[in-house]
Amino acid sequence: MSKMHVKMTVNGSQVEGLAEPRTLLIHFLREQLGLTGPHIGCDTSHCGACTVDLDGKSVKSCTLFVAQANGAEVTTIEGLAAADGSLHPLQEAFREHHGLQCGFCTPGMITRAYRLLQENPTPSDEEIRFGMSGNLCRCTGYQNIVKAIRAAAAEMAAGKEAAE
Amino acid sequence: MNAETPISLEQRKDKLQGLGCSRKRVEDARFTQGKGNYVDDIKLPGMLFGDFVRSPIGHGRIKSINKEAALAVPGVKAVLTADDLRPLGLHWMPTLAGDVQAVLADEKVLFQNQEVAFVVAEDRYAAADGVELVEVEYEDLPPLVDPFKAMEEGAPTLREDIADKTEGAHGPRRHPNHIFTWEAGDQAATEQALAGAEVVAEEMVSYQRVHPCPLETCGCVASMDKINGKLTIWGTFQAPHAVRTVASLITKIPEHNIRIISPDIGGGFGNKVGVYPGYICSAVASIVLGVPVKWIEDRMENLSTTAFARDYHMTGRIAATRDGRITGLWCHVLADHGAFDACADPTKFPAGFFNICTGSYDIPTAYVAVDGVYTNKAPGGVAYRCSFRVTEASYFIERMVDVLARKLDMDPAEIRLKNFIRKEQFPYTSALGWEYDSGDYETAMDKALKTVDYQGLRAEQKAAREAFQRGETRKLMGVGVAFFTEIVGAGPVKNCDILGLGMFDSCEIRIHPTGSAIARLGTISQGQGHATTFAQILASEIGIPAEDITLEEGDTDTAPYGLGTYGSRSTPVAGAATAMAGRKIRAKAQMIAAYLLEVHDGDLEWEVDRFQVKGNPERHKTMKEIAFAAYNQAIPGLEPGLEAVSYYDPPNMTYPFGAYVCVVDIDVDTGVTEIRRFYALDDCGTRINPMIIEGQVHGGLTEALAIAMGQEITYDEDGNVHGGSLMDFFLPTAVETPTWETDWTETPSPHHPIGAKGVGESPNVGGVSAFSNAVNDAFAHLGLTHTQMPHDHWRVWQTAQRLGLTGQPAAAE
Repeated sequence: MSKMHVKMTVNGSQVEGLAEPRTLLIHFLREQLGLTGPHIGCDTSHCGACTVDLDGKSVKSCTLFVAQANGAEVTTIEGLAAADGSLHPLQEAFREHHGLQCGFCTPGMITRAYRLLQENPTPSDEEIRFGMSGNLCRCTGYQNIVKAIRAAAAEMAAGKEAAE
Repeated sequence: MNAETPISLEQRKDKLQGLGCSRKRVEDARFTQGKGNYVDDIKLPGMLFGDFVRSPIGHGRIKSINKEAALAVPGVKAVLTADDLRPLGLHWMPTLAGDVQAVLADEKVLFQNQEVAFVVAEDRYAAADGVELVEVEYEDLPPLVDPFKAMEEGAPTLREDIADKTEGAHGPRRHPNHIFTWEAGDQAATEQALAGAEVVAEEMVSYQRVHPCPLETCGCVASMDKINGKLTIWGTFQAPHAVRTVASLITKIPEHNIRIISPDIGGGFGNKVGVYPGYICSAVASIVLGVPVKWIEDRMENLSTTAFARDYHMTGRIAATRDGRITGLWCHVLADHGAFDACADPTKFPAGFFNICTGSYDIPTAYVAVDGVYTNKAPGGVAYRCSFRVTEASYFIERMVDVLARKLDMDPAEIRLKNFIRKEQFPYTSALGWEYDSGDYETAMDKALKTVDYQGLRAEQKAAREAFQRGETRKLMGVGVAFFTEIVGAGPVKNCDILGLGMFDSCEIRIHPTGSAIARLGTISQGQGHATTFAQILASEIGIPAEDITLEEGDTDTAPYGLGTYGSRSTPVAGAATAMAGRKIRAKAQMIAAYLLEVHDGDLEWEVDRFQVKGNPERHKTMKEIAFAAYNQAIPGLEPGLEAVSYYDPPNMTYPFGAYVCVVDIDVDTGVTEIRRFYALDDCGTRINPMIIEGQVHGGLTEALAIAMGQEITYDEDGNVHGGSLMDFFLPTAVETPTWETDWTETPSPHHPIGAKGVGESPNVGGVSAFSNAVNDAFAHLGLTHTQMPHDHWRVWQTAQRLGLTGQPAAAE
């Protein structure tokens, strides 16, 4: 099958490559760019393990052709830490509050939570649960994920206040 | 080297981060940054990708397979069928249960989605293109999907390969579709107890077919290095050493030339214990093609082919006195094993530890018989977050006790308290032969009932029922009480083995000269946090801070032999090996310290992180100092270095227990069941890391919620599988999942070196019963004794309809 030329910004860097138009974004990210943080859990956009941020929205990269991401700005779990290597408050909070076990859902979970907190910096527990309902976890029962996101939200609010 | 700033005993203990502390997980740094290394992340030069052609029908004969069109697809390198594997003797493989399973369908297909051909191509897209173009012609045969019809006269014979075998792996077979009959207990005495009983309650309790469904599916990368003759397989293996031995036995490649590596595993829950056709086909393809071959299941393949769980249909009779003292328990199980008996149980236990089904009660006589049958369904029968059929057993007894309580008009908590095995009866030998190690059930139950204000809940329920009668509400309140005893930590080599491999486990420790260490185990974490908790066990044993101990698992070239992680066996068995290996280190360290301090080793005592002279603690050597000395001093009579290995054969299983209470509110017009409250008290013996225990309980309860309230894999009468994608198979989201309340008591195991019993599976074992009991309880005052799981909205609504709770016409069954 003939290949198309795709270009996008991934985690702040310009990338380009050749891909069959039917190539799914998740496979382009994982196999061509070597970004194996986002995972494949269900192939049907139910589980959210493949969640990445695309032009300011959470998307399930297993149900998106790479062609649809042409020219887009993509952020994966690998792009969440600061340039100096310090972790995002969500990454810290998931560890602090035991918000992960096997780790397979974690990259998608954190990437989704990152966007959720952009959309709603002070979510209630109910809003967190609803906002995260596109991401499945088989290990934690979500309770500590909710706790971690709540803690990260507070941390980010405090950080913002301190900066102002 | 004694120049360190003196710190207090408590500070020294805290520094170790040993037993009992909620140490943060060392695994998390990589997982939170997307740097985990799961099998699908592995990319090797020249690697090809394999994908299966699967049967579209449940039962049929293969008339022809035409590979030509597939082989013409650009990028497709090979198409393997049973005929290609036959010369190697690899078209069939042994199962863990003493049966054989077709690697690729050999003349017949026996379940929908069965593996028929393996297409190998340059990437997964080309492989999928090839799969589409393999032409297979089938002749339909009548499918057998109802296990109750499997042994009828005239039922279609499924397994023609063994049709005339009257002796199976577990005794006589009395029908071509019969696998085994397994019995425990005293049939005559139990039937006598039932015949003479004041009260007998009966029920047929089904535990539906479900699937462990870890978020990562199964997969592997097989790489045959033709130059040195070594086959390396990275895969989602819960038991890497057992896989190596099995791989050696079936491929005839010498075991030293096989290396099995379990990298990070994205959840297992029993799904990743078995050996699947994808592993064999990848290995063969790599050997034939000379390059690495990757195979990764998609979700539909995972749900419909690798490792279902449960599918037990349990008919019970429970005898009691009029005042509620249980006098006997009788049970017959019809076990639907699918097309091949691939259950993952210890060899001598074809029905696992189902004979733990007398539960937490002092039942004087009991009898259980299990019949396993073949049907046109996927093979499996794995322990989905439980120890070998313990969840089924626990569900059975916990429903039966409730059914009996209804019949006697007794409170479910009261009847349990009345029949508990008493604290002073431990070690307790059950009527079905197990020796329970320790327990204090009344204390746990009392604490649970007090915490939830059980009397208050019952009073509230009474008032709510009256309000319902008056038409003031359309909701019914249910209170589910469940008390479970698990049997985990398989197991003693004298009666537990898998394919002849004794179920011991192991730990090897090397202390480095500068006082840090590496420990390797025969187990493999799939999210349990072994690298965190086993380092804690060691820290307490050898006085080296947990953060200075690296823990490695999963590489058979480096880890000592062990039987892997499932059945909550890591802490009871490998955890014990870790403690014992640590004690060997300490024993040698004591001799080194005695030499350094110029005293007799009997004059030394251990304190936290050092040996000190009795009565003169100023004179001491820390483990760090001793470690250095082990490498730089010539000590008479002692070899240099500081290493130890322990292979631990547990003297008994461990028996964790717990008391769970669930409160539900059911809308009778919609069937929507709201989990208002769930309280879980777990007693897992000595607690190694409370944070991780709580996390395990949350997760297990959520899986119990999924099973009790929605999960089900069914087959229609044509043999089509339903529930094969996440559209149909229920995985709760954060919205459906309630907030869990956890609690604990601590009754150490008397035979485990640190008293720990294991916890990961308890919440699934106890949780399912608590949910189901709550739903049944909501309707109990209307005469309902039992409804089958899953209690999804549709079924609950149907129950309400049947009981006449709506004015609408009753739905068709």
